[in-house]
Amino acid sequence: MTGYLAKRLLWLIPVIFIVAGLTFILMHNAPGGPWDRDLNARQVDPTAQKLLNEYYGLNKPLVNQFTSYLIGGTNTTTHKWVCGLICGNMGPSYRIRGMSVQQYLFKPPTNRNFFYSKFGYSIRLAFLALGIAILVGLPMGVISALKQNTWIDYINLFVATVGISVPNFVIAIFLIIIFASTLHWVSIVPTSWDELNVWILPGLVLGFGVLARTARLSRATMLEVMRMDYVRTARAKGLTERVVVVRHMIQNAMIPVVTFLGPALAGLITGSFIIETMFGFPGMGRAYVTAISQRDYSMIMGTTLIYAVLVAIANLSVDFVYVLLDPRIKLTE
Amino acid sequence: MTEQEVLLRVDHLVKYFPIMKGGLFPRQVGAVRAVDGVSFDIRRGDTLGLVGESGCGKSTTGRNILQLQVPTSGHVYFEGVDLVALKPEPMRKMRRRMQMIFQDPYASLNPRMTIGEIIAEPLIIHGIIPKKEVDGEVERLLSIVGLNPAYANRYPHEFSGGQRQRVGVARALALKPSLIVCDEPISALDVSIQAQVVNLLEDLQQKFNLTYLFIAHDLSMVRHISTRVAVMYLGMLMELATRDELYSNPLHPYTQALLSAVPIPDPMVEEKRQRKILVGDVPSPANPPSGCRFRTRCPLAIGICAEQVPEFREVRPGHFVACHLVK
Repeated sequence: MTGYLAKRLLWLIPVIFIVAGLTFILMHNAPGGPWDRDLNARQVDPTAQKLLNEYYGLNKPLVNQFTSYLIGGTNTTTHKWVCGLICGNMGPSYRIRGMSVQQYLFKPPTNRNFFYSKFGYSIRLAFLALGIAILVGLPMGVISALKQNTWIDYINLFVATVGISVPNFVIAIFLIIIFASTLHWVSIVPTSWDELNVWILPGLVLGFGVLARTARLSRATMLEVMRMDYVRTARAKGLTERVVVVRHMIQNAMIPVVTFLGPALAGLITGSFIIETMFGFPGMGRAYVTAISQRDYSMIMGTTLIYAVLVAIANLSVDFVYVLLDPRIKLTE
Repeated sequence: MTEQEVLLRVDHLVKYFPIMKGGLFPRQVGAVRAVDGVSFDIRRGDTLGLVGESGCGKSTTGRNILQLQVPTSGHVYFEGVDLVALKPEPMRKMRRRMQMIFQDPYASLNPRMTIGEIIAEPLIIHGIIPKKEVDGEVERLLSIVGLNPAYANRYPHEFSGGQRQRVGVARALALKPSLIVCDEPISALDVSIQAQVVNLLEDLQQKFNLTYLFIAHDLSMVRHISTRVAVMYLGMLMELATRDELYSNPLHPYTQALLSAVPIPDPMVEEKRQRKILVGDVPSPANPPSGCRFRTRCPLAIGICAEQVPEFREVRPGHFVACHLVK
């Protein structure tokens, strides 16, 4: 098992390399550059641009830029060797002055813990969304299956269908109109994210799609498991209905659901750009969107790579959870 | 034998499955008459073999007796108590007295539980023995069915079909039931394993004074294990008699046809004998023939067979037949 884990983790290295290469090519082919301003704003002076390009090494060939991003290079002013991505250094941001990408994303404000960094905020939001999705979606699916073809089932299916088919930014607008503009229960753009109630809307909106898919998937797997012979065996044993449902049905029905939730969590972490932007959420998704529109090259590279690693780890962890859930599955080399 | 107490009495058991049509607002357009008025009784310590073609309602009968499906009508008396009228909770408690061995040993064991857990579960739920004795009891049960007690913490997928069926038997035995419904317990197994399991069932019957309802379609196996045999066709009983009587003197044309389909392991005899081969297919249980269910395939059918359902009556002591032609 540890050998398998090591092997899977080693596979992350080529994945990171390929993702970095593709992002690098796409990013530099996009029109514009980090020194562009809005059309109506004052543009950066051409000589200043030239100096900036030299300072950041943007005047070098792309291949050299890429290798020095990955491995490292000599600093243009101090002429000292600086290690690159292989040491975890994602380079200085082109737009946020005096901060490296990793500092910007991972460093919390003073006197706050890690969870108050941009990355920490996004992680918290993703887990909140996942929690809502599981705590609501799973019972919905299970109850739907147990009460198949009743009005409860139909309501749940309707909610799930809405959640799957309506994009979350549309739902976000509706919820903002209802709860923020009309009812004034929460403010539209909160000034502080320290209170719990301002988290509910973005968490709910972000988690709604996963909630709907969890409900549908768990309903489907429950319906399948309910017709299994071993469930009849359990009834014949004279077990109470609760034990039959919990131990014999739900535990078996959850296996496919869990395998869905791993990639879903990755999707929640990465899929929060729009929601974070809409709610003015101080997370990594918003930093990502801003970085792209500002052509902040090192920030785009950094956030993309972090997302890639998160997706890979989420998928990897599912494989291990699968082993815990299903004794028939064994991980082999 | 006749003085023995009747353990199970099935009285006009009926199970219809509705046929629904229409997507949004389904309505019932008919019913599959899986079991249509079956009556018999089993005495304590007996084995009643229930035979018939696939789809004739044997398994449905078994499940309805144990209330794993709710019968459409009829009564099932177990030690004098009508199970059909029983509320869910008393019925649940009643289950420890009657167990079932299922046809498919691959699908009937929960893949996420070790076989030890599977066997121990009913013991704990019904609170039959103190918790700390459960492990010992599981080991004892495993060795009774001829499995290594050390296997208790293995999972079902690690076993062969025959071993799994032994687990199924151990599980059924755990609650010390008096009735065991064996629903084709051997038809999913290799022929070499079938005999082992049947012999095991026989040994256990003697050891624990068990009563079996043995559902099967293998006539020679039923002959081997049963004391009485019932023949079922399209949801109804055609004939019921003691084993020797039924096999030596079958009265119903369907039983005769079934028995003549069994090959005789002697080439000389096999070549000479006249077989009764049935023509046509079994009619749909959703739309069974009028009168006698068997008349569409019966070589002897006469006018009355299409008009009147033959009464299931005792033509000789202990020998019941549903046929107009048997006097």
